[in-house]
Amino acid sequence: MPEVRNVIIIGSGPAGLTAAIYTARANLAPLVIEGEPSSTSDQPGGQLMLTTEVENFPGFIDGIMGPELMGNFRAQAARFGAEFLTEKVTKVDFESRPFKIWSGWSADHDGEPTHLASSVIVSTGAQSLMLGIPGEERLVGYGLSTCATCDGFFFRDHEIAVVGGGDSAVEEALFLTKFASKVTIIHRRDELRASKIMQERALKHDKIDFRWNSRVVELHGDPKLDGITVEDVHTGERSRMDVTGLFVAIGHRPNTDLFKGILDMEDSGYLITVPGSTATNIPGVFACGDVQDHTYRQAITAAGSGCMAAIDAERWLEANHLEPADIAETPTNW
Amino acid sequence: MGEHTTTLTDASFDETINSASEPVIVDFWAEWCGPCKMIAPILDEIATEQAGKLTVAKLNIDDNPEAARRFDVMSIPTLIVFQDGQPKKKLIGAKGKGQLLEELSEFL
Repeated sequence: MPEVRNVIIIGSGPAGLTAAIYTARANLAPLVIEGEPSSTSDQPGGQLMLTTEVENFPGFIDGIMGPELMGNFRAQAARFGAEFLTEKVTKVDFESRPFKIWSGWSADHDGEPTHLASSVIVSTGAQSLMLGIPGEERLVGYGLSTCATCDGFFFRDHEIAVVGGGDSAVEEALFLTKFASKVTIIHRRDELRASKIMQERALKHDKIDFRWNSRVVELHGDPKLDGITVEDVHTGERSRMDVTGLFVAIGHRPNTDLFKGILDMEDSGYLITVPGSTATNIPGVFACGDVQDHTYRQAITAAGSGCMAAIDAERWLEANHLEPADIAETPTNW
Repeated sequence: MGEHTTTLTDASFDETINSASEPVIVDFWAEWCGPCKMIAPILDEIATEQAGKLTVAKLNIDDNPEAARRFDVMSIPTLIVFQDGQPKKKLIGAKGKGQLLEELSEFL
């Protein structure tokens, strides 16, 4: 059986890494199971790994690149002794103590757990929603993209479209104007949900057009995307748009499939925490960041709730006389 | 970059791919691509562990746009496995080590 850790943090966005900094400084020798590389927001470092400039994180007067900010968070946690495992958690069992966690590509869910912990901090965040229309899977990487910063380069002088009306969609559209000859924002409402400063930049940009009250219903092209069918949500009228690139930014869903039937969650999948704390329905399991927040969803609020989860976990361990392990005894081969 | 990982350019591309006796995984990447950086250490590990069975070759698409165009790379990271000079498999997007090894198993 693996050694029992004081605290295991699942997820490594602003919430998880802030929890790692605080629990490491409390000598709790946290293990962060940070996830596996992917080209969606479901990856180590979280959603900010796919963004460009972050302008609203306090302390950075001229802004900072998302991946750089997350690299700093991680290095700061590592400096105080947090350990990292680049794997995905595939199963949890919170029924008996210590809590059991299975991670890794080939974890045997019927066998011994790969990790044991006295307390767990859940910070698995949220991942991008896809359109859910035919052809979508086949066309990812062939004109359909979930990562403007990765793929914008390939659409130099192309006409492309972005679906969505929030900050991510507008930020992607503005970024893509560096490459594309024209970017059309397709949004199902008649106004943007993005912050005022982003809206203004998009509305006055001469490369950005809008298709209001519209949704994408069909993708065309084989093997590469060469057009989409757009439907007016009021009239039902359909028309074809010739675009070679389509970037999807229509919102997120919380990464809580792992915790179904185990942790209390809303119908929408967001974890429920006790108001004013990060406690879940299971004592010793705490949740922070976007996985439990459908209201604010900012890097700074995620980081703030990560700090709360760390303090909640530390106090809970103390109250339950679960002594912090000596950092020197922590195995380093994890 | 790991000692078992080689660097490709547009100029060296054909010769390297055609003269290799084992499969060559070409990693199309760029400095500005976060997921590319995330898989770089994994590819270094695979290159070291599978030395002799396959070669991992990195191609910076900013400096070498021609190869990316020739093989229709429209998203990075993209890995293309070449065998006997021919592209045999294309893997798009960042993946964890376990999943990558499984997708590469036919070449190992």
